[in-house]
Amino acid sequence: MRLEVLKTYKLYIGGQYPRTESGRYYIARNKAGAQLANVCLGSRKDFRNAQVAARGAVAGWSGRAAFNRGQILYRIAEMLESRRAQFIDELLLQDLSQAAAEAEVNTSIDRLIYYAGWCDKFQQLFSAVNPVAGSFFNFSVPEPTGVVSIIAPQNSPLLGLVSVIAPVIAGGNTCIVLASEQKPLSAITFAEVLGTSDLPGGVVNILTGSVKELVSWFSDHMDVNATIYCENDSSVQSSIREKSALNLKRVFFYDKKDWNSEEGQSPYFILDTQEIKTTWHPIENIAGAGGGY
Amino acid sequence: MAVTRKKAAPKKSSTKKSNTVKLKFDTGWSYDPAPESRSAATIKPQYDLFINGQWQKPSGKKYFATTNPATEEKLSEVADANAADVNKAVSAARTAYDKVWSKMPARERAKYIFRISRMVQEKARELAVIETLDGGKPIRESRDFDVPTAANHFFYYAGWADKLEYAFPNRQVAPLGVAGQIIPWNFPLLMAAWKIAPALATGNTVVLKPAETTPLTALKLAEIIQEADLPPGVVNIITGAGATGAAIVSHPDVNKIAFTGSTDVGKLIQRSIAGTNKKATLELGGKAANIIFEDAPLDQAVEGVINGIYFNQGHVCCAGSRLYVQESVAKTVIRKLKDRIETLIVGDPMDKNTDIGAINSKQQLETIHRYLDIGRREGAEMWESSCPLPRKGYFCRPTLFTNVAQSNRIAQEEIFGPVLSILTFRTDDEVIEKANNSPFGLSAGVWTDKGSKIFNLTRRMRAGVVWANTFNKFDPSSPFGGYKESGFGREGGLHGLMPYVDIK
Amino acid sequence: MAAASSQTMLPDFSLSPRIDQVGVEERAARFTTRSIKKESKLNGLKLILNMIDLTTLEGKDTDGKVKQLCYKAMHLHDAVPGLPTVAAVCVYPSMVKVARKALEGSGIKVASVSTAFPSGQAPRDIKLRDTRFAVSEGADEIDMVISRGRFHAGEYNFVFDEIAAIKEACGDARLKVILETGELGTYDKVRRASDIAMYAGADFIKTSTGKIQPAATMPVTLVMLEAIRDFYYKTGKMIGMKPAGGISKSKLALHYLVMLKEVLGEDWLTNEWFRFGASSLANDVLMQIVKEHTGVYQSANYFSVD
Repeated sequence: MRLEVLKTYKLYIGGQYPRTESGRYYIARNKAGAQLANVCLGSRKDFRNAQVAARGAVAGWSGRAAFNRGQILYRIAEMLESRRAQFIDELLLQDLSQAAAEAEVNTSIDRLIYYAGWCDKFQQLFSAVNPVAGSFFNFSVPEPTGVVSIIAPQNSPLLGLVSVIAPVIAGGNTCIVLASEQKPLSAITFAEVLGTSDLPGGVVNILTGSVKELVSWFSDHMDVNATIYCENDSSVQSSIREKSALNLKRVFFYDKKDWNSEEGQSPYFILDTQEIKTTWHPIENIAGAGGGY
Repeated sequence: MAVTRKKAAPKKSSTKKSNTVKLKFDTGWSYDPAPESRSAATIKPQYDLFINGQWQKPSGKKYFATTNPATEEKLSEVADANAADVNKAVSAARTAYDKVWSKMPARERAKYIFRISRMVQEKARELAVIETLDGGKPIRESRDFDVPTAANHFFYYAGWADKLEYAFPNRQVAPLGVAGQIIPWNFPLLMAAWKIAPALATGNTVVLKPAETTPLTALKLAEIIQEADLPPGVVNIITGAGATGAAIVSHPDVNKIAFTGSTDVGKLIQRSIAGTNKKATLELGGKAANIIFEDAPLDQAVEGVINGIYFNQGHVCCAGSRLYVQESVAKTVIRKLKDRIETLIVGDPMDKNTDIGAINSKQQLETIHRYLDIGRREGAEMWESSCPLPRKGYFCRPTLFTNVAQSNRIAQEEIFGPVLSILTFRTDDEVIEKANNSPFGLSAGVWTDKGSKIFNLTRRMRAGVVWANTFNKFDPSSPFGGYKESGFGREGGLHGLMPYVDIK
Repeated sequence: MAAASSQTMLPDFSLSPRIDQVGVEERAARFTTRSIKKESKLNGLKLILNMIDLTTLEGKDTDGKVKQLCYKAMHLHDAVPGLPTVAAVCVYPSMVKVARKALEGSGIKVASVSTAFPSGQAPRDIKLRDTRFAVSEGADEIDMVISRGRFHAGEYNFVFDEIAAIKEACGDARLKVILETGELGTYDKVRRASDIAMYAGADFIKTSTGKIQPAATMPVTLVMLEAIRDFYYKTGKMIGMKPAGGISKSKLALHYLVMLKEVLGEDWLTNEWFRFGASSLANDVLMQIVKEHTGVYQSANYFSVD
């Protein structure tokens, strides 16, 4: 007879695993009502701290070679694969069937690999060299928008989370994610995967807590560039759009997505949190048509 | 005129003492007035609303005057559309969308847009004259820039209409439906083209509202659209002020809002559509940094600064209104700028030699004057051209401020006038940080001879358009739009299609 | 150009300001949008006439040809009273004496090309003798060519010293230094050559010999005018400008005049500081002047071809 050692489920901010600064917790339960864990009830200040970490990580992460970002996303998939059994167990605890849990983990791993491959390719897909009139070289390329706040899907505790994080960071952004409120365990365990995957601290920050309590901070922070919400509560959507107007955040609602299907992955998800930058430069045209020489 | 005066033998020395070294641009040889003729333009005394292919009286029976800001004379009066008129226009657009435009083969749609482009070219002179009369911009600009660029924009997007499957790899796209479009007074016809052309090419129908101070070229465009036999209701052009715009934004049957204007109104729009599924493109304000390094081609950089801030009286959202000059060349650059500014001709917008025309409205002139006061009060040093100003009309001398600090309001807020704030810097990192230190992010400029530095700077500028060793260049094929509070969505180029389609 | 804090300190010419081709051509094109009408056109045309260096530089030049040209210089079109004369007649050194005599008392200057014009491919002592000969024959102005080969080889000191030596040989004659911009290849090099010439003692800088295409263009002239402006600001010394070759129409010459007015201003709007090196320009200007007077478009048959 051996006493099981229980895991403390903590937040993931700036590459660290702090408890919520508020000291609060809530109890994650399964459908039957059994207690699964005491989970941090993240606060406004946790979000604030996570935003600082995320902003601080933008320059380094977006400055990495796209190839390197691809390698790190692949590494996350490797780490997830190696802990496949643990994730399945945890999903079973959270009421998924064996088959559904396996599918959730397998697809999550595959999805990370899918986006790992996109890291150094989507730019080529969405860039353009524009044939402007006049002697100028003109090109448009996607660039990360910066810090993205994400309220993750509620019913897909791992796959949904991975599906919204991966395209955001594949594109060079950093993010603050609020995990599924009802099924938060996988998100925290996924943070442990991230922590062992060469992902720089601050690129992904994961909070647990109440959507209702935190959603306004996710959408009104003046130093967040875009926000993603994955549920279809229209009053929440309306509030997010309204608050986002404060600094003209880019707002995306992924409320009709089936994360298990093909529509759950696409380079267009990466494009959502990209800005298109167009650069002009004169082309010296000596002895060419119209040149003065 | 001293052309025949006898010249003394060359002086032994033509060297002047350094304190008298100054170029004089008030020359004996000057340009006579060269006014463009108004006869090319027909302006009716009154314009109704262009709804469902017909000119319809406003249901509130109200009209408002549009005046020439250079003379303060009334040019015409245009209808003031109320919510009922907006509703009529939107339902005309909806019917045209459902019954005609969404069912028409794309290549036919393309041909209509090509036809509009051609007709704009045919009527270029008339459109240019009206644009200048109604808005105050120099005829040289409306003739050489606004009107041809507008025609080109239609031509560019016309060609996309039947090629959309190539624009979005591996995806099918569908139009959104009815687009409500609200445009500003700084480039009235060009902005109408920027809005209407991609919307039509992607299969949407349109309700467009021009700005209340500059409605005439949009109404002329309505005449062209009528002449081009575009099916009724595909494009509806209605006039009015803010209330009309608000009615378009809040109309439940509008699927898409495209707005160009101030950041404040952009935010209002985003709030007012918060509870809906409407998509939005916002092209808003800016406070662009234009950065000159010591190794830059200085004379071309100076010209770029001039084009950057004095083009269209500075009524340009991407105007290079914050000039950052490396300290080692600051004196030289400022002297060159002042010399160049002294040669700018301010006056009658209809004169072909005018470089800076009339400020668009009395209200805008007051705004500019308020900022000039703020700048002086903040301790910046103001300098303005010595040019005379016409007695009537709304005019402002090209002005620059030196000794400006990053914290000054004239370095942070959009003035939207011919006012340049000059700041200095020492290192690359310093200027990158200062340039990005703004809630705006529409455009930026970089001047240096060093290629690797250009790419460092252009990459690190948080702005949607970066001009390196040039400024204020536009092209239908080149996407335009902002980062941060300068808005979202792109206009122009392949990327300009995206805001008007649903990607499936 | 950090070293050029005073006139006595020479700048590092390899650091002459860089020129962006697209930008300078765009700026030059902008001058051509000025609309010059009525009185300002007439005054401009007269000013242009007065700035012309009427030129003949042919292997087959004879005393007779030069005399006819000089007569033309003094009597451009006597049918219109009150016309100015041209500024100078420009000839080879061997023709200076003829021109000097023919122009006696007219106030029109005699300019002579020199320094193994147009190639400049001769030893320095020959170039100096060429120059001294022209001056002794009565030339008021010397139009020298720079050694473009040495310039391209990066031997800026050689080019500089040669100009300085010729300047000394000129005595009281004013020195125009021809860069032959059509052989320099880039605006950067035009700017560098302009700086070298001015610091070495040029009174004028001049685009071309007329023997190489392209000769004068508006952008190349603009680059040189801006070099003159910068030199003026550094040293307080005015330098003249002479575009030569390829300017044969009044309209184009008016564009140059606009450019001059808007880059250097009032002080340069005289033939003391600006010249057109041209042969056929004068007649086109005359035709335009007569058109302005009569309101009728003119035919070349009514204007003497000398």
